[in-house]
Amino acid sequence: MKKFFRKYWLLNLMVLPGLAYFILFKYVPMYGLIIAFKNYNGAAGGLKGILDADFIGLTYFKIFFRSEQFSRLLRNTLILSGLRLLFCFPAPILLALLLNEITNQKFKKSVQTITYIPYFLSWVVVAGLLRILVGTEGPLNGLRAQYGLAPVYYMASVKHFRALLIISEIWKTVGYGTIVYLAAISGVDMQQYEAAELDGANRFQKMFYITLPSISEIVAIMLILQMGKILSDNFEQIYTMYSDSVYEVADVFETYIYRTGIVGSKFSYTSAITLCKSVVSLFLILLTNKAAKKLGSEGLF
Amino acid sequence: MKKSRGEITFQIINTVFMVLVCAAMLYPMLYVLGHSLMGDAERALNPLRLFPHKLDATGYKYIFTAKNIWRSYGITLFRTVAGTLITLAISTLLAYPLSRRDYPLRKVLTFVVTFTMWFSGGMIANFLLIRSLGLTNSYWVYIFPHLIDPFHLIILRNFFMQIPESLEDSARIDGANDFVILTRITLPLSKAAIATIALFTAVFHWNTWWDAMLYVSKRELWPVQYLLQQIIASANVFDLSANSNMVRPPAEAIRMACIIVVTIPILCVYPFVQKYFVKGVMIGSVKG
Repeated sequence: MKKFFRKYWLLNLMVLPGLAYFILFKYVPMYGLIIAFKNYNGAAGGLKGILDADFIGLTYFKIFFRSEQFSRLLRNTLILSGLRLLFCFPAPILLALLLNEITNQKFKKSVQTITYIPYFLSWVVVAGLLRILVGTEGPLNGLRAQYGLAPVYYMASVKHFRALLIISEIWKTVGYGTIVYLAAISGVDMQQYEAAELDGANRFQKMFYITLPSISEIVAIMLILQMGKILSDNFEQIYTMYSDSVYEVADVFETYIYRTGIVGSKFSYTSAITLCKSVVSLFLILLTNKAAKKLGSEGLF
Repeated sequence: MKKSRGEITFQIINTVFMVLVCAAMLYPMLYVLGHSLMGDAERALNPLRLFPHKLDATGYKYIFTAKNIWRSYGITLFRTVAGTLITLAISTLLAYPLSRRDYPLRKVLTFVVTFTMWFSGGMIANFLLIRSLGLTNSYWVYIFPHLIDPFHLIILRNFFMQIPESLEDSARIDGANDFVILTRITLPLSKAAIATIALFTAVFHWNTWWDAMLYVSKRELWPVQYLLQQIIASANVFDLSANSNMVRPPAEAIRMACIIVVTIPILCVYPFVQKYFVKGVMIGSVKG
């Protein structure tokens, strides 16, 4: 023990600030989740108020599971995750495959440069752009007007809102998403393509039988990561875009927790929701990781 | 090799598709840029036009006299520069011991870090913590809660681990201590990883607004992204404390001009950092 401190004193010292950060800003809040089992709604009291609050067991969990919010939040979260998996996940794979078929390197570089740009914009800016484009004075409604159609306020339309979320997410992240896949594609042995060409394979056959299988490992890893995030909602995106007229289709756990917990000061109740969500998420990550290992992938950890 | 007709058709369709994708990426930005420079009448009458016939920069003139915008820009600049520097210092200090195979606490500490990637206290618990610490309505709330990103830390650690141990060993024989080895040998060899993490941290700080929403009610302390969020979302566009002698332009002109003013700096820096950005995603995709 003494030897450990003497030999590694400098390394221990280097660890200190980082470790203090993780304990204070990551682990203390985890401990703070105990207020889910307590009755703490006080605005005052600080740390002491939290510790002194009455223990009430699972009351808030029961209230939440019985509330009509529960099914709405779960439904919205799962539907949005499903849509994301269906559209946002394959989009960069498709774009990467098509980018790979471009023979003119300069053109390919330019397309990449342009498609990466939206990734650098904040959700505030993206939501601002979207509001203008689909707004009543925007180009989409301008086009409708030319055909004599009445304007639609898409941002407040229950029918269109989910599509807007998915489209804006694809717009922001599709270019960024291609990077990983392009890297995997560039690792494919050129001789395979040449051999296939000699055998008379056309472009699509090469794409399906050589390129696609060679990136399947990275696709699997990205899919695992995505599955682990099935309960996490894009708070920034939804918050910057939604309004009370679309809560029915857009309200998810995080946005509800913000409105009820922070704005409405129901700290214990929303902590109960957070805890349920976090535990299920952790379980999902462990599960998908295990599944990936069973399927022969190295897994994430 | 002679190309078949199908091959040529595919090339043409693919090229057209790529041009359309690029157009879809650029159109929203160009549209808002063009319309931010239009007069009201022209904007209202030509929802489909991309570029103005007559330039009218009233929206911009109005914003540039607004004190709030500049103060918020200052806050954003502060958090981006200070946040990135402090994050880099503390992250490298923690990543180095974690990369040392002989360090007894390596496994435990790595678990302490990675566990936070899978489980967190969430928004409410963090809010209560920040409030108990008295960090609300202070500059530091933009920096301390975001000090280390566990993903970035693991990337850094993995990068450090790839450096041949023999280099460090020979330095140690020459009497260098761990801190000297980190600053003289490890860091100079990890420039690519450091640059990448600096870039991602800086973009995070530039674009983050929700911490201001949660923890900062004083508008003098809002970063520019949150000010923009307020301007876009609320009807409160005129609350910019601009020169009151000026005639107020319509809300739409101000909104558009704000979006452009907030976005331009990122687009100016982007060409220079693109290289690191791509490299970083590659390093990051290596298993943690």
